Amino acid sequence: MTSVAAPPRPRRRTAGISWGAWLFGAALVVLILFTLFPFYWAIVASLTPDAALFRDPSLWPQQIILDHYRALFGERDFITPIRNSLIVAGTTTVFCLFVGTLAAYALARLEFKGKPLIMGFILAVTMFPQISIVSPLYLLLRSLHLIDTYPGLIMPYMTFAMPLTVWVLTGSIRQIPKDLEEAAHVDGATRRQSFTKILLPLAVPSLATTGILTFIYCWNEFLFALSFTLGPERQTVPVAIALFRGMYQVPWGEILAAAIVATAPVAALVLIFQRRIVQGLTAGAVKG
Amino acid sequence: MRKISRLGYEARLGWSLVAPALSVIALIAIFPLGWTVWESLHLHELRMPWLGQPFVGLANYVEIAKDPRFWAALAHTAFFTVVSISLELLIGLFLALAMNRAFRGRGFVRAAVLVPWAIPTVVAALLWRFIFESQGGIANALLVDVHVLKEPMVWFIETSTAWVPVILADVWKTTPFVALLLLAGLQNIDLSLYEAAAVDGANAWWQLRHITLPLLKPAILVTLIFRTLDGFRVFDLIYVLTGGGPGTSTEPVALYTFNALLQNLRFGYGSALSVVIFAITFGLALLYVRGLGVRLGGEET
Repeated sequence: MTSVAAPPRPRRRTAGISWGAWLFGAALVVLILFTLFPFYWAIVASLTPDAALFRDPSLWPQQIILDHYRALFGERDFITPIRNSLIVAGTTTVFCLFVGTLAAYALARLEFKGKPLIMGFILAVTMFPQISIVSPLYLLLRSLHLIDTYPGLIMPYMTFAMPLTVWVLTGSIRQIPKDLEEAAHVDGATRRQSFTKILLPLAVPSLATTGILTFIYCWNEFLFALSFTLGPERQTVPVAIALFRGMYQVPWGEILAAAIVATAPVAALVLIFQRRIVQGLTAGAVKG
Repeated sequence: MRKISRLGYEARLGWSLVAPALSVIALIAIFPLGWTVWESLHLHELRMPWLGQPFVGLANYVEIAKDPRFWAALAHTAFFTVVSISLELLIGLFLALAMNRAFRGRGFVRAAVLVPWAIPTVVAALLWRFIFESQGGIANALLVDVHVLKEPMVWFIETSTAWVPVILADVWKTTPFVALLLLAGLQNIDLSLYEAAAVDGANAWWQLRHITLPLLKPAILVTLIFRTLDGFRVFDLIYVLTGGGPGTSTEPVALYTFNALLQNLRFGYGSALSVVIFAITFGLALLYVRGLGVRLGGEET
């Protein structure tokens, strides 16, 4: 997959590096700068005193302070939203993986009528506008006294996490060769044995990738978390950052420090598992 | 006989394995959707519990049809969707073509562009808000430095300029996703087609127009579906970047609905708005799938 050669380009070989290649390289550099600049700028600003933020901004840090990060974990208690996010996203991911693996196995390996219908249904649900179920979920959670609780977020998160998990996992399991399982069946193994002894160990990378994707989606979710929490006690990271307020002015230094803290784990996951994430995302989405 | 019973066994096993996931989805996604429809036919003001919850038929929908703020919100949503997706497709196609070549640092490029996609939308919105915030912000400073602007401006005070950071932020955040979907499509194209074209003396531009783009059509259409539906439910980005402002001049339908529900606690009316958004999204998806003949993955071929 990595060694796809560039399409041969005739009549240019002798000209050294062509205009086209220059232009291509330049555009790529501009795009990369455009991609990285906001991160760079947020890091610089999170290390700059508030008073200097909007006064003649300079691309290079003039003075580096850690006050914003200290305030974030001191008076701001940013630990609470991080804990909330970890609990909600983690629980949702584990539950979805557990239930989703069974479904994905059936959809990837078993032959039965109604399979295309189920896949279509699951895909349709992933495209659901979240806002269209906010009102009943709110009323439901209110009558169950689950507003501003962890279950009150985990349940709504299943609406997008479950179809996502099943969809990605099915695509991923389909790419695992069937030969070993078939050989086991010939030798008299039951479905249960071939699933637990053969497929499951082979599917560990698929499960990890899917888990990471589901976790990222839950970690980033905003609308449900904003609708179904009431205060800082149960707010998740995105809600806490979006609702940051200062006494007199917008506390940009702290907001950006929080943005960096919220981004770092996700960025790390993406950089480490880049190739797998790309495969997981595109498996099943596009086919030739 | 044995074959039939084996198939029967697989079907039973299959359904029983799929059942838990399906029932979770039905319980928390499909059942609430029905409830939304039911709510939308009632007057339900949480602020005024003494009104009860009387059945009002289609009154909420009639109100929507006459509600200028709804139509404006719909126009904002459509504007945002069309502009940002056009840019994302163009840049995404370029990026995909770039990443499909072998060059030094390709892995780095792929990782770099993936990070904006993976971070919370709220964070992306805040990063761009900070860049355009205040007359002393970096966007103003840079634009004045390169003489695009004569003097620093206040971006969020006027509708036309408030859209700039919104669209930039969306393009910044979602183009990687578009590029990856298109890249997956590109990698399915048979390379021998290019070789044959090159033997016939076709240049790169001809190859792009006559080989790459036609064969990439399915991937482009799938990307269009995903992005259009995403665009129509835009919420986080605008909530943080402009709050729908100035006034309500950048308010998208999802934000208007959210305000009707959780600010004004008008559950009947807000639910009717939700149903309308759902219907529009569903209609668009159907249009793409039926009208443009997109085949979504899933069934094995």
